Amino acid sequence: MSDTIWLIPLIPFLSSVALMLFGSRLKITHIGVLGVASVGISALLTLVLAVEFMQNQQEIQASLWTWMEVAGFAPGISFYFDGLTLVMMSVITGVGFLIHLFSTEFMEKDPSYARYFAYLNMFVAAMLILVMADNLLLLYLGWEGVGVCSYLLVGFWYQHNANGHAARKAFIVTRIGDTAMALGLLLLFTELGTLDIQAMVGAANQTWQIGDSIPLVACLLIVCGAVGKSAQLPLHTWLPDAMAGPTPVSALIHAATMVTAGVYLIARTHGLFLLAPTAMTVVAVIGIATSLMAAFTALMQTDIKRILAYSTISQIGYMFLALGVGAWSAGIFHLMTHAFFKALLFLGSGAIIHCLHHEHNIFKMGGLRTRMPVTFWSFMIGSAALAALPMTSGFFSKDQILLQAYQLPDLGPSLWMAGLLGALLTAIYSFRLVFVVFFGQANTEPDKDTGWRMAVPLSVLCFLAMIGGYFMIPVAEVFPASDGSHPAHWVEYVSISVPLVGLLIAYLVFFNRRLNVDGLANSTVGKSLGNFWLSGWGIDWLYDHLFVRPYYGLANLLKSEPVDGIYGLIVALNQTFNHWLSAAQTGRMRWYLASMVAGLIILITLAANLSTGVLQ
Amino acid sequence: MDGLNIPLNHILLVSSLLFAIGMLGLMIRRNIIFILMSLEVMLNAAALAFVAAGARWGQPDGQVVFMLILTVAAAEVAVGLGLVLQVQKRFKTLDMDHANRMQG
Repeated sequence: MSDTIWLIPLIPFLSSVALMLFGSRLKITHIGVLGVASVGISALLTLVLAVEFMQNQQEIQASLWTWMEVAGFAPGISFYFDGLTLVMMSVITGVGFLIHLFSTEFMEKDPSYARYFAYLNMFVAAMLILVMADNLLLLYLGWEGVGVCSYLLVGFWYQHNANGHAARKAFIVTRIGDTAMALGLLLLFTELGTLDIQAMVGAANQTWQIGDSIPLVACLLIVCGAVGKSAQLPLHTWLPDAMAGPTPVSALIHAATMVTAGVYLIARTHGLFLLAPTAMTVVAVIGIATSLMAAFTALMQTDIKRILAYSTISQIGYMFLALGVGAWSAGIFHLMTHAFFKALLFLGSGAIIHCLHHEHNIFKMGGLRTRMPVTFWSFMIGSAALAALPMTSGFFSKDQILLQAYQLPDLGPSLWMAGLLGALLTAIYSFRLVFVVFFGQANTEPDKDTGWRMAVPLSVLCFLAMIGGYFMIPVAEVFPASDGSHPAHWVEYVSISVPLVGLLIAYLVFFNRRLNVDGLANSTVGKSLGNFWLSGWGIDWLYDHLFVRPYYGLANLLKSEPVDGIYGLIVALNQTFNHWLSAAQTGRMRWYLASMVAGLIILITLAANLSTGVLQ
Repeated sequence: MDGLNIPLNHILLVSSLLFAIGMLGLMIRRNIIFILMSLEVMLNAAALAFVAAGARWGQPDGQVVFMLILTVAAAEVAVGLGLVLQVQKRFKTLDMDHANRMQG
């Protein structure tokens, strides 16, 4: 299997190319089979690889060919496979396969069925290249590849202007981070002379001491890229808008895989980050700040997908917190469990939207518990895992993060407190969603229940979201071991009980309405704070006024070509004179004569005046 | 030179007046016949000035030039009347303002 590892990204890639070329001529069932089976085969191959890896614990280095060779710089098309890669590949192909299967029903009525699967397969291939890349340049290829696919899929229904706008926003905002990341790669290459990740980290450890400035700069630039891709402050604004794409796309790209690429990147280059403790602190602070900001925002949203989008931002914030405090494996663990339960929640919301005539507003749903039982249970389990209720998958991963954050010297307890506040909010907003959508009064009638192609992925993901916490991810070899010490027991008890308190609050407020918050919400302060949170802390507004509008203004100014204006003025002046002179050419003899006489008189007068002395 | 002795200045004044009248006629008149006549007046005004100057200095040149002007005027009238006929034929009018195009 280790010789054929390259098949795993190749198969979805070939399927994508085939769908692009011949998609319009294939029957709809064939498109679906091709799209799903290609990812399915990749998933099976990954499974075989995983079984082999569990037995021999052997890392694989597979070089296919040299990409280019310029002045000693020879990045290869080569793959590197270890425990971390395995976790990522399993998530991408496994969850990806389920989402592909779900899509066959979700997108059934769409005329661009083949285009959809072509993009989705291309995304899987690019994402696999990203995580399997042996050097940072190939990783960057995959990085940009998933960016392009994200752009294409967010703007999938391009007939609506707003979707195109969202797609461009997603592309441009992530591009800001990507540019910084490219600079970081260039810096690393000029300093270390290689981009092969393993060799580079080794060279870095020999060249630099902990706390040197160059690794700090390089790490911060890489963090910029990760922040853009993973929708963290301050580049998170694209993710809520990216919900304009089809819901399975949101599940796959904007929840389970692509947005966690930043987490993967930092985890993959953790050898560098260990040399730059300041950069790690930055990552932790960005993570916790984003997490809290997004949690508050999610509390106020009414669009089901936007709630989930902000919750994704918030959960990736937890992963960044984990990376920042050095809890590498906890971060990757949360990445995996998050992929399970967030894909579950997104697919569940997709099922609701599919069966409810594209209704997005949660307050127009209600009472769906009995009428969409599969979706209801998906949401119950997904929300429980998201809120980190005990024994669900999210509980294990989030608990690890919080406990390890607590143990960080100096900053630790405050990060832990902030994380707990985030966990409380997470529990409140996720169960607010469940109580509003599935209980209470029915506001709309679903015209159908989910078919088997929707129900099977939901059920499998339910299972994974429940038991995912018991998986042992094989990353012990990849990351430096933690010291294994545990904080005091009360810390653990508090971490466990906080989500339960959140659940209780959500229950009292949104289910039996024992706790009435209308008064608080309608007070002046409550209202303005609510609107502030609803708008995502006004960050979109701020960027709009700070960057977008001045840019539009500048573009409008340049559209009128101010430099050309100078030359235009010369032309206009000449034309004006030309008009004046040609106006004199009337063809009327008498006018010519009159002007001649006038000229003569002027000349004579002038001559007489100038030469008075001569005449006298 | 006995008898009537008119000062040169007076003659030049008359000549200028005639020239001015002719020029004014050229500018104001639209009828091509009148334009030609105004031209004659101007030519003759110039001729008068030559004759007067010749008489003043007792030189024959003035009268020679007068003869030349007379000939030129005759030729001009011949060509001018030909043009008048053409104008009348083409535009059905003698108004010069109508003949303001380069092409017929």
